[in-house]
Amino acid sequence: MTPQEIHDGLKAKFGDAVVEAKLDAPQPWIRIAPNKMKSLCFFLRDDASFQLDYMMCLSGVDYNDGNLGVVYHLFSMVHKHKIVLKANCPKDNPLVQSVSEVWGTANWHEREAYDMFGIQFDGHPDLRRILCPDDYPGFPLRKDFKVPEFYNGMKVPY
Amino acid sequence: MIESRVLPTDYVTEPGRFRTSTGKTLKTDEMIINMGPQHPSTHGVLRLEIVVDGEIVVDVIPHIGYLHRCFEKHAEHMTNYQQVIPYADRMDYLASMNNDWGYALAVEKLLKLEVPPRVEYIRVIMAELQRIASHLIALGTFGIDMGAFTPFLWCFRDRERILDLFEMTCGARLLYNYIWVGGVSHDLPARFVEKAKDFCKYFKPNIVELNNLLTYNEIFIKRTANVGVLPKDVAINYACSGPMLRGSGVNWDLRRDDPYSMYNKFEWDVQVGKGEMGQVGDVWDRYIVKVREMEQSVRIIEQALAAIPEGNVQQAIPKRIRPDHGEVYVRTESPRGELGFYIVSDGSTSPSRVKARSPAFVNLSVVPEIAHGCMIADLVAIVGSTDIVLGEVDR
Repeated sequence: MTPQEIHDGLKAKFGDAVVEAKLDAPQPWIRIAPNKMKSLCFFLRDDASFQLDYMMCLSGVDYNDGNLGVVYHLFSMVHKHKIVLKANCPKDNPLVQSVSEVWGTANWHEREAYDMFGIQFDGHPDLRRILCPDDYPGFPLRKDFKVPEFYNGMKVPY
Repeated sequence: MIESRVLPTDYVTEPGRFRTSTGKTLKTDEMIINMGPQHPSTHGVLRLEIVVDGEIVVDVIPHIGYLHRCFEKHAEHMTNYQQVIPYADRMDYLASMNNDWGYALAVEKLLKLEVPPRVEYIRVIMAELQRIASHLIALGTFGIDMGAFTPFLWCFRDRERILDLFEMTCGARLLYNYIWVGGVSHDLPARFVEKAKDFCKYFKPNIVELNNLLTYNEIFIKRTANVGVLPKDVAINYACSGPMLRGSGVNWDLRRDDPYSMYNKFEWDVQVGKGEMGQVGDVWDRYIVKVREMEQSVRIIEQALAAIPEGNVQQAIPKRIRPDHGEVYVRTESPRGELGFYIVSDGSTSPSRVKARSPAFVNLSVVPEIAHGCMIADLVAIVGSTDIVLGEVDR
């Protein structure tokens, strides 16, 4: 399927959940409402004409304009088509539906996005920090992150 | 190759089912054991929190991050795209060439940059040599996990030859900083092609030797066949890649199915697990896929060495890298699987976001899924067969 057909298929089924799309980009993407993510992804994975069964990557992004984003790179092992989904959320209330039930691999990727950007994944079974220590202050990959002067009483030489 | 087939191991794989010979059930209790962070079989600093019932693993909770060196944060804070490459080197320190290449390809795609054919050939040769070196370590250390020490030394002996080739090309033996955006740091030295051909000739019989020593060893097969079976659908759902995915019987290789660089010009075969010793997707299948991939890599190297054109390897290296606004996700087949780089450019001279989708990170996340109900000793086999490099898991 071409990205245009994927977009049209989603638009027909989910309507307003498809917020925005840029289909002429080198890697076309579709922006989805963050609170519709889960049902939409179940549909993308299970519907016979989409079958996007392979999640290549899930990344958190800080756009530095007050918004955080989650970017999903999806691929179909059956039909060999790709699509990029995006979900934006405001930095002061970063809530996105978890897709870890849809693709098992999303579990750890979402934990990483939470760890680095503080994005809350609604419905994630085990949303703990994954790379940083459990007591680490703040979310290091946010653009406004400042390295703390002290960490657990130790001076950070930075 | 031995003819006899190994019967499935028949231990009881449900917790609480240990019995005395008179049939009496034992009272067992679940217990939490920490395997790692420092443990010979975790291949680095990985902590597995295991819930065990007697000898049987009920649950595994991996704890990672001990080797987290903030690759993504560093990448954002460089003043130049080129400066990220030494950091990419240090992610998967056993396959630095492949990491450099993945990153360089992503930036080249962002810049819409074409590199000269000689560079492409050099990159293919280096990446395939690196794949052999990385697989040799994977197989050797896996042998140690299974209690076989000799293959480890033999593998390291052969790997040494490859490192010598790298050393004569760029001076470094482990972290090369060799593949740059638009080119490579040094042209091949005068006798490289000859020496690489010598290596191929020398290495091919050694694979047979390794097979005789380890692969078809009765004890080794007993330890690995029918253990840690990863079914096809689970592998895809968890986005496993590389030998892990192919071991589960999925005929999938990015070099063939999403080709980049020159790979579509060479003749070689994708190796898939067939369940020869047990079931499809068991530990032995993941092992044998790596062995056979080394043979295929030698094939690719030989073809590339025969066809390598002349040219200037540095003419396409941009003086100043400043891509337009945009983003790109590029995936390459590293020895461990799909290595992806998602780069967001804000039009400045350094990336605004670099996400490294490391194959080892993703492959490790499936371990809790397949380790249910196995023995503790089999957990060692499973972790060994996923071929993780903690530098890449934690980045």
